[in-house]
Amino acid sequence: MKRVGFKRFMSLVVKEFNHIFRDRRTMLILFGIPIMQILIFGYVVNSDFKNIGISVLDRSNDTHSQRIMSKLMASGYFHFRGNLQSDHEIEETFRSGKVKAVLVFESDFGAQFNSGESPKIQIVTDASDPNLANTIVSYIRGIINAYQLEARNATGMGLLVAPEPRMVFNENLSSAFMFVPGTMALILMLICALLTSISVTREKEVGTLEVILVSPLHPVQIILGKVLPYIFLAFINGLVILLLGRIVFGLPILGSPILLLAELLLYISLALSLGILISTIAKSQQSAMFVSLFALMLPTVLLSGFIFPIENMPVILQWASAILPPRYFIIILKDIMLKGNGLAVVWPETLILAGMTVLLLFIAIKKFTIRLAI
Amino acid sequence: MSRESIIEVENLTKRFGRFTANDNLTFEVREGEVFGFLGANGAGKTTALRILCGLSKPTSGTVRIAGLDASHHPDRIKKVIGYMCQRFALYEDLTVFENIQLYGGIYGLTPREIRSRSDELLDKLSITDLRNRLIRSVPLGWRQKLAFSIAVLHRPKIVFLDEPTGGVDPIARRQFWDLIYDAARSGMTVFVTTHYMDEAEYCDRVCILSGGRIEALGRPEDLKTTCQVDTMDEVFIRIARKDQT
Amino acid sequence: MRTILVLIRKEFIQIRRNRIMIPAMIVAPLVQMFVLVFAANMNMRDIDFHIHDQDGSTESKQLIAKYLSSPFYSYGGQVFTEQEGEELLRRDQTDMIMTIPPAFGEQLINREPVAVQFLINGINSAAAVLTASYSQSILLDFNQELITNYLRISGQSAPGRIDVSYLHWYNPELDFKIFMVPGILVILVMLVGWLLMSLNVVREKELGTIEQLNVTPIRKHQFIIGKLIPFWILGMIELGIGLTLGRLVFHVPILGSFGLLIGFTALYLLTVLGFGLLIAALSETQQQVMFVNFFFVLVFILMSGVFTPIESMPDWAHWVNLINPLAYYMRVIRMILLKGSGFMDVWQDFASMALFGIIMITLAVRSYKKRS
Repeated sequence: MKRVGFKRFMSLVVKEFNHIFRDRRTMLILFGIPIMQILIFGYVVNSDFKNIGISVLDRSNDTHSQRIMSKLMASGYFHFRGNLQSDHEIEETFRSGKVKAVLVFESDFGAQFNSGESPKIQIVTDASDPNLANTIVSYIRGIINAYQLEARNATGMGLLVAPEPRMVFNENLSSAFMFVPGTMALILMLICALLTSISVTREKEVGTLEVILVSPLHPVQIILGKVLPYIFLAFINGLVILLLGRIVFGLPILGSPILLLAELLLYISLALSLGILISTIAKSQQSAMFVSLFALMLPTVLLSGFIFPIENMPVILQWASAILPPRYFIIILKDIMLKGNGLAVVWPETLILAGMTVLLLFIAIKKFTIRLAI
Repeated sequence: MSRESIIEVENLTKRFGRFTANDNLTFEVREGEVFGFLGANGAGKTTALRILCGLSKPTSGTVRIAGLDASHHPDRIKKVIGYMCQRFALYEDLTVFENIQLYGGIYGLTPREIRSRSDELLDKLSITDLRNRLIRSVPLGWRQKLAFSIAVLHRPKIVFLDEPTGGVDPIARRQFWDLIYDAARSGMTVFVTTHYMDEAEYCDRVCILSGGRIEALGRPEDLKTTCQVDTMDEVFIRIARKDQT
Repeated sequence: MRTILVLIRKEFIQIRRNRIMIPAMIVAPLVQMFVLVFAANMNMRDIDFHIHDQDGSTESKQLIAKYLSSPFYSYGGQVFTEQEGEELLRRDQTDMIMTIPPAFGEQLINREPVAVQFLINGINSAAAVLTASYSQSILLDFNQELITNYLRISGQSAPGRIDVSYLHWYNPELDFKIFMVPGILVILVMLVGWLLMSLNVVREKELGTIEQLNVTPIRKHQFIIGKLIPFWILGMIELGIGLTLGRLVFHVPILGSFGLLIGFTALYLLTVLGFGLLIAALSETQQQVMFVNFFFVLVFILMSGVFTPIESMPDWAHWVNLINPLAYYMRVIRMILLKGSGFMDVWQDFASMALFGIIMITLAVRSYKKRS
């Protein structure tokens, strides 16, 4: 009897796999999106800073101002967009959008510098992108600082106190360290929740769910049968993302790989429970999609600390962020992979995820069985 | 039968890759006729009908509808035909009148014509009280009759019906055929596909398709006589069996 | 012409009856504006730092005082061993550990060079760069004071300290919200145009109503115009709602010409509607449409420059952005709203957008088949 039950169960699993593999568009979502996203984040939407158009309004035009400018250009961060002659040209160049900052050297800049006075440079930025403006200022400052150091060294008056910055956990300052964990949390959420909820509601719409429900399978078996293929696929996906991060972006795994995979499974189960819950609530594919997209995707991107720091958010959003599973998963990933932390550090987050999973699964199964009873 | 033919099909063939859905069909339909297109599922009925309506192009062969070549004047043909398909195709989130208004407008009826024909139509079906109900809330049996009435709202010369009575109970089917007869009596040609053989008895002439080919064509009485049986059902079984052996 | 009007009226009745559509159109901008604008705050927060002062001299305390008085730093406390500092970093309880070596004061007095170490959590690389840059800047100031002091004593002269000041135009307080609101408008208008449009068309396919329309004498262009105009109007309304919200709640300025903005939006909408139609024409079910849309929308949004400057993207991204309508609109809407750019500043984008719109609509019309 048990064996028959298992066979039935396996046929359900196989059926689900067939559904997934037969639809090219599902495969696009499954594997196209993760790879695209990792590549886009890695190469496009990272915080690399380069090719920023700048101009100069050099009222002094001496060796020092010229050297500072050529140092700026040599840094590779900036793209020189020409000399300006007067103040009102600044507005014009900003409005055309090609120039993001203008350096203004005061007259007799060099003479003042040589005589030990404090000559002025003003950086005028196009702060319509405030983040960029801020970054431009700090990069230009850094380069001017370096120039001063050199000048000073040349006169035999080197620095007395030298800064010795060291980046821990990410010596090369690769932005992949931020986005790979974030993308992983996002993609797994997407695959598990969106795809399961859609596939269950599709069966509801077409009426095939009824057929399965009248079969001798237990509701829990039915849920498991639907979910098992997605656990498998999500797990594969997680591995693909880890591998991409490792090979393409040099992301290390300092902590225990086994712990990492265990946490991965935990998070996948959590996301799947969410997907099942959504499908018990949603009546149509369309509403399942909207719930998945707006209630899961957007918050995951925005509030989980993936792109934007949680500490900067208003308190209400910080609370909202506290109930988002991806937030904890991202912390866990970073801790294990980048810092080499073990369970001793990540246990609170792990406990929260486990608690959420149990709760969601409980509600989902309860709702599912109630539907059956009616 | 001196009436002129309004549909002329010559050597019509339609292939999908290596599969031949219609194999060299030749037949004609005369004006004012109720012409039945019979066949089992997959016999090629719907494919042929979609070609006649201009929804699909034939691989080879010619089709003339109301004297117009279907591959050259699809748009002119569309003005003189009506169509109702097996899937229900009125807008569920529009009211009965709004659907009438939509299709009337598309066929270029003036607002006054639309209003008068709509009153006439609702009166005939005696559902005047359903005028402002959403189609979604109209019972299925009525929807089918409405869909037909709307398909002939612009008084086409020919109306194509693709399994119009699928999923309808026998009484509603009977009523539906009354509507078809009414239309035919007013001079409209009716081209209907079905796999209900009792409906075949209602047709002036039928054409039985099997495996994409025409197996029989003629008046139901003549076919029954030729096969020496009493019902169309038996005629059909004869022909289908012949095909299988 | 009358046929098109009949179709448009039908579309509007359906939109009005759709219980999700109208709330979605009003609620979505509200939620997106508030959540996204408040969440998407990349302003640098205070740098939390801990000090490992191995010296404890007057000089080291002077240096520490400089950091404490800086507005960018918030002092987290002292650590007493290297391990303790590393542990804090590991547990994410601080951003930076500043280590002052033993004999720091003594070496300064003897005018021997000495190094101060900054251990910075580098996982968020962008923040780490800024942290390092601030920290160096303060240290440089400290040096300058020391040197000026010595020089005053010995009567020598040395290169001056360059006084770098900055002026942020268009957004002096670096309010990130003013930057984000136009970006969100771009996404909102796209969602209405692209997503709703493609779902609507493919729904007619699923229900079979499109086939009923195909046997009527409706021309291709009539059908497509009948679909385009209602959603085009919806997109414009959405822009209006979003703009009003942005103006009232976030005080986003409209410095440039309103007419220019409307004109550009009109072209942008045409392009995204074309995308929606094209994808609907190539799909059979709502699920397929959603999946394909999801893929493109995600890529287009991320590459549009909504969060990060397009200039810094690699060359191939610039090529991709040639077919990304969001990238054009993202750039232009910010220029018009925030900087008051005029037609002469954006005419190239204007021309590209117009051309793009025409191409997309042509493709969409061609891909929509009345017969198979």
